[in-house]
Amino acid sequence: MTSIWKHYRFLILRRLTQVSLMFLYFAGNVWGWKMLQGNLSSSSVLGIIPLSDPFAALQMFSAGAAMATNVILGAAIITIFYLVIGGRVFCSWVCPVNLITDSANYIRRKFGFNQIQKKQPASRNIRYWVLALSLVLSYILGVTAFEFISPISITHRSIIFGLGFGWAAMLVIFLFDLFILKNGWCGHICPLGGFYSTLGKFSLIRVDHDEEKCTVCMKCKEVCPENQVLFMIGKSSEQILMGECTNCGRCVEVCDDDALNFSIRNFIARNKDVKKN
Amino acid sequence: MATDRRKFILNIARGAGLTALGGLMWSAYVDEVTANKLILRPPGAIKEEDFLKTCIKCGLCVEACPYDTLILAKPGDNKPLGTPYFTPRDIACYMCDDIPCVPVCPSGALDESSVTTNGKLDINIAKMGVAVVDTKNCIAFWGIQCDACYRACPLLDKAIYLQYDKNDRTGKHAFLKPIVDSDFCTGCGLCEHACVTKKAAITVLPRDIVLGAVDTNYVKGWDKKDEERLKDAKEIHTVTKMSERKAVDSLNDMGGLLDD
Repeated sequence: MTSIWKHYRFLILRRLTQVSLMFLYFAGNVWGWKMLQGNLSSSSVLGIIPLSDPFAALQMFSAGAAMATNVILGAAIITIFYLVIGGRVFCSWVCPVNLITDSANYIRRKFGFNQIQKKQPASRNIRYWVLALSLVLSYILGVTAFEFISPISITHRSIIFGLGFGWAAMLVIFLFDLFILKNGWCGHICPLGGFYSTLGKFSLIRVDHDEEKCTVCMKCKEVCPENQVLFMIGKSSEQILMGECTNCGRCVEVCDDDALNFSIRNFIARNKDVKKN
Repeated sequence: MATDRRKFILNIARGAGLTALGGLMWSAYVDEVTANKLILRPPGAIKEEDFLKTCIKCGLCVEACPYDTLILAKPGDNKPLGTPYFTPRDIACYMCDDIPCVPVCPSGALDESSVTTNGKLDINIAKMGVAVVDTKNCIAFWGIQCDACYRACPLLDKAIYLQYDKNDRTGKHAFLKPIVDSDFCTGCGLCEHACVTKKAAITVLPRDIVLGAVDTNYVKGWDKKDEERLKDAKEIHTVTKMSERKAVDSLNDMGGLLDD
């Protein structure tokens, strides 16, 4: 039992946060609970505190909308929150699409797809192009371009407000991640992930690698959805500072050697590195 | 070296091509779904064009609606995805006095000031749409007595009134024809919901679709306020070659006619 907890503690906590957030939103719509109303685009906590998706706000701005105070305030709160706990914590702890892509990835690992398809044919930087394109198209079309096609919004709205054909978007993402590209949606295309990656470059909570304890078993790299961020495994002791790290904690819990742990960003060590360069 | 450069240029070109392709498909789709003009928005909604850029699609208005009138557009609804709308024939807007759907809007897509008179929320000035009567399929226009829409109207005798006309076919009955006054109609759709025909003979449509607009050159001479627009008007006198002579002179000019 303790071994299960040790090896899956963050996964369990993540699923718990994802599911309970969705449940609170659902209850907010169906039974009028005030705890959390709205959805991931914008919500109201206890009917007082506004929360807004900063990427949606950015698209509104570039579409030329008059920005309401509540949206700006809500986006600021969310931005500061993820600046502290890690940009892509949204992706691994909140976003419901993560459940879909993680399950596709789980099947890939169990059936050994990754051994057959070793090299991934697409760049992980596509998301930044999609991110830029969202803002350009918002400006040209005068509407929030990504919000009208976002499978993330379709998914959470489907959960909270009813399904419609929303299942099709979910199925497409699942099949895409399962058969076409490993970590295809979350790790390559999603511009919201790209947005939070940019935030994540500056965030406070970091995974720390201790090379002296590492036995180079590579379990962390196998389980990591963004394994390019773990380039230093077995090579040097340093913090995972790339913005793409989702702080999901899978590497921390699969590590049997205690070589990976959560910690606070080490500003002094980083400055030393800068000097060396 | 040369192959490196070629590879680099090819990669750039490939990226640009993919971006262009993706961007084109993406914008074509978004343009298509946002082109739906026949959509009824919640009370206080700003102009559709601005609404599409301002609405953040959070659904707080939908959650606030006690009658489940408002719906957040799902995939398959053929409406701009994630934006709130309502279908009066299914569930009309019941025009709550406290308008719960409007103050909760975080983005300003639903504008509280447009449904406020003298600092108080006033649903009666909402302009969600306007009802239009199909006079061919409305049974009241046939001469059958039906005042379902008239009775259902929350602004009875203002937004819908009955016009009494003589029924010449029978010679002894009256037509009780429902007429919509677009100055008062809020577009709540309770009339469409109440209509007894198989497919409603009174339908709510967006105001900018249905209502015409008169240019400033028409002045209501019988309306003092409208007439005032002429107070500072100046006469514009155009002189052309034709206007050198008076019109009467031209008519009296017998030149060439009598000589024969």
